[in-house]
Amino acid sequence: MTTLIPMEPTTMQIPTPTATATSFVPPKITVKDFNFFYGGAHVLHDINLDVPEQQVTALIGPSGCGKSTFVRSINRMNDIIPEARGVGTIEIDGRNIYSPDTDAVELRRRVGMVFQKSNPFPKSIYDNVAYGLRIGGIRGKRTLSETVEKSLRRAALWDEVKDRLNDSAFALSGGQQQRLCIARALAVDPEILLMDEPASALDPIATTKIEELIWELKANYTIVIVTHNMQQAARVSDKTAFFMLGKLVEYGDTNTIFMNPREKITEDYVTGRFG
Amino acid sequence: MTLRHFDRDIEDIKDLLLRMGAMVEDAMQQSIRALLENDIRIAEQVIANDDRIDEMEVQIDQRVIELIAKMQPAAGDLRFVATAMKITPELERIADLAQDVCERVIELAKEPMLKPLVHLPRLAEDAQRMVRQSLDAFVRGDANLARAVIKEDDVVDQLTVESFRTLLTYMLENPRYISPAIRLTFIGKYFERMADGATNICEMVVYLVEGRMIKHTNADQP
Repeated sequence: MTTLIPMEPTTMQIPTPTATATSFVPPKITVKDFNFFYGGAHVLHDINLDVPEQQVTALIGPSGCGKSTFVRSINRMNDIIPEARGVGTIEIDGRNIYSPDTDAVELRRRVGMVFQKSNPFPKSIYDNVAYGLRIGGIRGKRTLSETVEKSLRRAALWDEVKDRLNDSAFALSGGQQQRLCIARALAVDPEILLMDEPASALDPIATTKIEELIWELKANYTIVIVTHNMQQAARVSDKTAFFMLGKLVEYGDTNTIFMNPREKITEDYVTGRFG
Repeated sequence: MTLRHFDRDIEDIKDLLLRMGAMVEDAMQQSIRALLENDIRIAEQVIANDDRIDEMEVQIDQRVIELIAKMQPAAGDLRFVATAMKITPELERIADLAQDVCERVIELAKEPMLKPLVHLPRLAEDAQRMVRQSLDAFVRGDANLARAVIKEDDVVDQLTVESFRTLLTYMLENPRYISPAIRLTFIGKYFERMADGATNICEMVVYLVEGRMIKHTNADQP
């Protein structure tokens, strides 16, 4: 996971966010004037953004720009950090997830998350995927087995593990462990998948598998992915949001961001002139 | 701003393109001289030099492909390499057309002389200016100049039509003129095609600068 660096006052001019004209897909997530603070540190400034349903939205930007904080705000993962506080609204299907009546546990079932470092539980492959279901009260062996298989298939892992479901998850390779974590997230039937640098610890072949998987998963899920790898953002996403110093600088179709960005600062970042 | 090591590769490619552009301009200039002065020696020289221009095209293509493979250019860099890859074949084709002009000049030397060359000098001059300005627009990243050059193409097209009509009257007048007049008609068409090449280069310059593809659209649209 990206280390969050507290923002320091800066004189650097960040342009106001621009949105490029895009084909309309109804938003799954609508972010309005969202700000985030760690104690006195103001780390996200007035973020406004619509994440379209069943598309992949990539968040890019230099370390400490707030993209991880932002993605963790979408399932309120930041709630567990003392003195962390979000102001503004993030709506999923039109309902503000920061309203007092939101059940954070139910929210996190609907909004799954996959991290940079795969984090399987010290259990069997089967039990890892069944974990969330059992927590949710599902006990029927048949339902469990069917869901485990379906989830592993969706995570493109089934064929590799179907004969050793009772082996420890730690016996899997790094790439397989990461797909197992994706299967575990899918098992509880989420609508949104958040991925925080899901392939940055993987070799190129495992990375390609994850990227192909992301491409396939968007048929059923809305995906938000944080990545430091510019080419990865270009390859897997439909939309790209460029963050800088806690602000959303530019958001639009991935093609536009990588071929003809509006802002000079975006151009400098995607061409590697700084970062 | 960080200077990246592949900025030097981009500069190198730009230099190569400009050298190729200068060679193409020279080929064009010499083909016009050969035509106006009826000078076979110059014509033969232009034909002999064409191989060097072909080699430049291959060299630039290789450099551009290497850059894509190693650097995965994005945004302005990406538009630059796309432009370079589209400009080099245009330049190479313009040089080939200059060579074609010279081949017709050599054939014309054996034919009865047709004077004057009607609209051809003006046509050649306009086409040459368009090619030169298209390269200027590329070097300076000047989309306005590129658009102005694109507009000139209509004038060249019109001159080509007028040139053909006049040559047709010569052919009707005297069958002995048919052969040289046909060769001169070809030459008119070659210059018109060179101006088309300049237009294509300018369309890519607008893409390079603004990121908008204006090919097959009205170039005046904002």
